[in-house]
Amino acid sequence: MNIVVCIKQVPDSAEVRINPETNTLIRDGVPTIINPYDMHAIEAGLQIKEMTKGKVTVITMGPPQAESALREAISMGSDDAVLLSDRAFAGADTWATAFTISKAIAKIGADIIICGKQAIDGDTAQVGPEMAEFLDIPHIAYIRKIEDIKPDSIKVQRMMDEGYDIVESSLPVLLTVVKELNQPRLPSLKGKMSAKKAEIKKLGDKELEIDEKDTGLKGSPTQVKNIFAPEARSERKILAGNIEEQVNQLAEELKQLKCL
Amino acid sequence: MPIIVDRDKCTGCETCISVCPFDAIKIRDDGKAFINEYCQACMACLSACPEGAIIEIKEEGAPISYQPSDYKGVWVFAEQREGSIAHVSLELLGAGRKLADELKTELSAVLFGATEKDANELIKWEADKVYHSGNAIFEKFNDEPYSRLLVNLIKEHKPSIVLAGATPIGRSFIPRVAARLRTGLTADCTSLAIDKDTGNLLQVRPAFGGNIMATILCPNHRPQIATVRPRVMKRGEYNPEKRGEIVPVNTGNLTSRTRVIETIKEASGCKVNLQEADIIVAGGRGLGDVKGFNLLFELAEVLGGTVGASRAAVDEGWIQYSHQVGQTGKTVCPKIYIACGISGAVQHLVGMQSSDIIIAINKNPEAPIFNVATYGIVGDLYEALPLLIKKLKEAKG
Repeated sequence: MNIVVCIKQVPDSAEVRINPETNTLIRDGVPTIINPYDMHAIEAGLQIKEMTKGKVTVITMGPPQAESALREAISMGSDDAVLLSDRAFAGADTWATAFTISKAIAKIGADIIICGKQAIDGDTAQVGPEMAEFLDIPHIAYIRKIEDIKPDSIKVQRMMDEGYDIVESSLPVLLTVVKELNQPRLPSLKGKMSAKKAEIKKLGDKELEIDEKDTGLKGSPTQVKNIFAPEARSERKILAGNIEEQVNQLAEELKQLKCL
Repeated sequence: MPIIVDRDKCTGCETCISVCPFDAIKIRDDGKAFINEYCQACMACLSACPEGAIIEIKEEGAPISYQPSDYKGVWVFAEQREGSIAHVSLELLGAGRKLADELKTELSAVLFGATEKDANELIKWEADKVYHSGNAIFEKFNDEPYSRLLVNLIKEHKPSIVLAGATPIGRSFIPRVAARLRTGLTADCTSLAIDKDTGNLLQVRPAFGGNIMATILCPNHRPQIATVRPRVMKRGEYNPEKRGEIVPVNTGNLTSRTRVIETIKEASGCKVNLQEADIIVAGGRGLGDVKGFNLLFELAEVLGGTVGASRAAVDEGWIQYSHQVGQTGKTVCPKIYIACGISGAVQHLVGMQSSDIIIAINKNPEAPIFNVATYGIVGDLYEALPLLIKKLKEAKG
């Protein structure tokens, strides 16, 4: 079974902040990581590979340095890696990103495509389902358990607001996964060795035969108009005294608010 | 690329690197700045460069792919689950009504599944028109029939704006609709407004886990599509006298390659749904123990609220995931949010900071939760909570 896992290299979002005085970003020494949800996608790919004697190809779109994310995925046990890197891809929104990666996946061929549910920098959760539409295949989002895989179908649990659905799909299919699905494995020593030697396949817009107007900034329907720091809350009432006094004041306030 | 570095002017001072939100600028070996593929053309670096070395190349963006006058009206995708309308749909009708009034256009709802009676309710919640299909294929949620029919309707009626809930359903199938229509989609918007000059939709959303807000435009494609998180917008007015038109939709031949075999509800252990609750008492790692939640349930009971949790408490196994509030859990907007032993990591704050009143109880006076709190108690929650519960019980009589 051919499994393609889509990953993204992201800045560790918890550490990115805006300086409210200068309205600029504080990002000194912010490390880049594989998007945490994509780690669960890689693990899911590897488990399916082991069950079906398949092959896992990891793919990412990004600057040349995203190669290190691909090597990390190989060290966990992925077989092949593809880097989509081209100045023409720069500034892509989710539409243009999904369009570009889906062209590459169509070239590679896949029975199962796995993505993390969303990337922690953009949090859109859109690229996966958009790719499924471009590839004209079904998708199931927010997978928390894979119940069964057959040569031409798959049965999974999909998270919903008030519980979950058991959903069946024909193959090929695209899945987006949540962290409850599995525990990503650590790289093995052998994996680390092969990651060093592995050849990363690089594809640009020429190889993918994409028209310039459908990729990067030109191919993106949405534009970022501006960015700004979230507003801080203003009203604040300080409670004073020992714990008992503070609690009494709070209880008074709650009574005032008529929430009893 | 529309943003480039004038290499003659660049001194390699690195000022631009620290202002770039997308990590898109690097100093190359030659000591000059270089803008890489991460650039989103946000223009933050342009004004930051002391040398004026970063410049915008005026380049045509995506060509206008529509006749602006052809696209009119605001649509709300009204989500139903098990036949009942999701609360977020009413919130979207409230937001959509304002946008439609400002654009002097019509507000329509699109309802797949449920009954004509439900469609009528949407009119009372301020829709002028409801496109409704009661086809049994929509009883359970499958992405393909949902997206196919919505695409067909949009192609036929050409709305200018389409809003949907950022729920597991909306976030799953709306991207397929945007992909097929070759138009923009903005996820998880927290505010929507109309640009006075252009009439474009200004879509504000958090990025980087809520550390940054961004305004997104979709100027050259239609419709402009956005998903909005539940409990962010206020519900509109219910007007039992309102009259409108229900348009039955011909579904044609819809198929699905996915099939829902079973829907399983997970009991949350709480009478009140987290996202509908007026009062939430939430606990974090500071509880130190699963037993701490007994106190929270007791306080919630007294206040008639429900119990939430930070990711840390869920990861410890003290409470089920369905109680989790935050970026990877639910977004809530209660009247009162009481955070007990929650330090206030940004991932938690983005899920609750629009609550009307936030009360924080934490031992650590430096905990970031106090930055968003209306009232703060610095101290041991095991001392404070029993006292508070006692006080409130007395007050209740």
